[in-house]
Amino acid sequence: MIIVGVLIVVLGIAANLIWVERRGLALWQDRIGPNRVGPFGIMQVIPDMIKIFFKEDWIPKFADKKIFVIAPAIVMIFVLLNFAVIPFAPGIMVLNLNIGVLFFLACSSLGAYSIVLAGWASNNKYSLLGSMRGAAQMISYEVFMGLSLMGVVMLTGSFNLSDIVNAQKGMWFVFPQIIGFIIFFIAGIAETHRLPFDLPEAESELVAGYHSEYSSMKFGMFFVGEYLGITLISAFTVTLFLGGWLGPAFLPPVVWFFIKTFILILFFVLLRASLPRPRYDQLLSLGWKVLLPLSLLNILVTGAIILLTQ
Amino acid sequence: MFSILRSIGIAFSHAFRKRVTIQYPEKKQVLAPRWRGRIVLTRDPEGEERCVGCYLCAAACPVDCISLQATEDEYGRRYPEVFTINFSRCIFCGYCEDACPTYAIQLIPDYEMSEYNRQNLVYNKEDLLISGQGKYHGYSFYQQAGVSIKGKGNGEGAQDRNPPVDIKSLMP
Repeated sequence: MIIVGVLIVVLGIAANLIWVERRGLALWQDRIGPNRVGPFGIMQVIPDMIKIFFKEDWIPKFADKKIFVIAPAIVMIFVLLNFAVIPFAPGIMVLNLNIGVLFFLACSSLGAYSIVLAGWASNNKYSLLGSMRGAAQMISYEVFMGLSLMGVVMLTGSFNLSDIVNAQKGMWFVFPQIIGFIIFFIAGIAETHRLPFDLPEAESELVAGYHSEYSSMKFGMFFVGEYLGITLISAFTVTLFLGGWLGPAFLPPVVWFFIKTFILILFFVLLRASLPRPRYDQLLSLGWKVLLPLSLLNILVTGAIILLTQ
Repeated sequence: MFSILRSIGIAFSHAFRKRVTIQYPEKKQVLAPRWRGRIVLTRDPEGEERCVGCYLCAAACPVDCISLQATEDEYGRRYPEVFTINFSRCIFCGYCEDACPTYAIQLIPDYEMSEYNRQNLVYNKEDLLISGQGKYHGYSFYQQAGVSIKGKGNGEGAQDRNPPVDIKSLMP
């Protein structure tokens, strides 16, 4: 029952992100986004979905059929699976795992498979190049995504996400763990390959890219999968650093959760509207040379302070 | 790092600026009177058409979209019996308006000329001729020139200072 509810809400949010993104980008680019279809253009999502459905769903002759079809499904499966551990409110979550944080990291690592398989199955040199770059980016940023969360886990003492939210009743973890928050957020942007880290997709503008051979619903799945990833990273950041469903009592906890998630999603769109794209080697060197040492330092300092104040 | 935060801040401040989008068709762009839009053929203050069928606009047109055939009425006044402009070719450059010696052909700031059938974009004289004087008021070529038309003899134009010499009498 809760599963169905969570699924519907999450998929609804991801689909409506199309409208949020177009209007948000327009807001920050001095123009107006879609405003004709329905009040404020909210119904724009429906024509977009109809358009994607009716395109020709073609599998290239030279492509590896089974893997070609599975690759977009993989991204959807693992992102939706990830939503199972997130606590929306004190009682509303699908799985109350004692290793919630590890489950999240595992699922996002498995999501990297979709890029590799999509590029490989396309049987196209440029797709392969794009997917190799994308996979390298995702794998390198996953390393310190996990490490930056360790500060939060140390402060809480458990991997369980509900315990983490409950431990923030005194003060949200974003204040003591500000470095961890920034590093995790940057890593999250890279995981969903979103601007400014969208080299797998920017390749589409430059050469080809790992989803160049995809059309219609398979492309739609990559597309909606990306929006689901944005929602997931926002929800997870809110859970770990910004207090989850905690807030003054005049609104129910679920509403606080969604307000905070929505603000972070808007921040994702603002990043897309404002930042240029760095060069690929600059991206990876930032990851390995700056963010990884910083996250290790964060763990060290947090551990030292916890030991000193015990 | 600071420059990145500054970029984000600047982009965010754009949310509070006025949008540059004009919500067509409810609101339309304000155009200057010299804006090169639809082509019209105008009339002079007396109500007769200004075009004298000199073919200068057809010669000036860079894409050859104007086609006309000149003829004279019974009093000697030239006018075009056929005047077509193919608007699927016209590039709205305004060269014809610059070439016209009588201010007949003019470009007005109107652009809403969409058609479903491409043949309907070929405008004939009855589609082009308007009942007003267009952008240039008060000018009538035939009142300035010395050509004789109905109501005016030879040499009686506003530009003529002396009447023409009578060549049929003996006095010098």
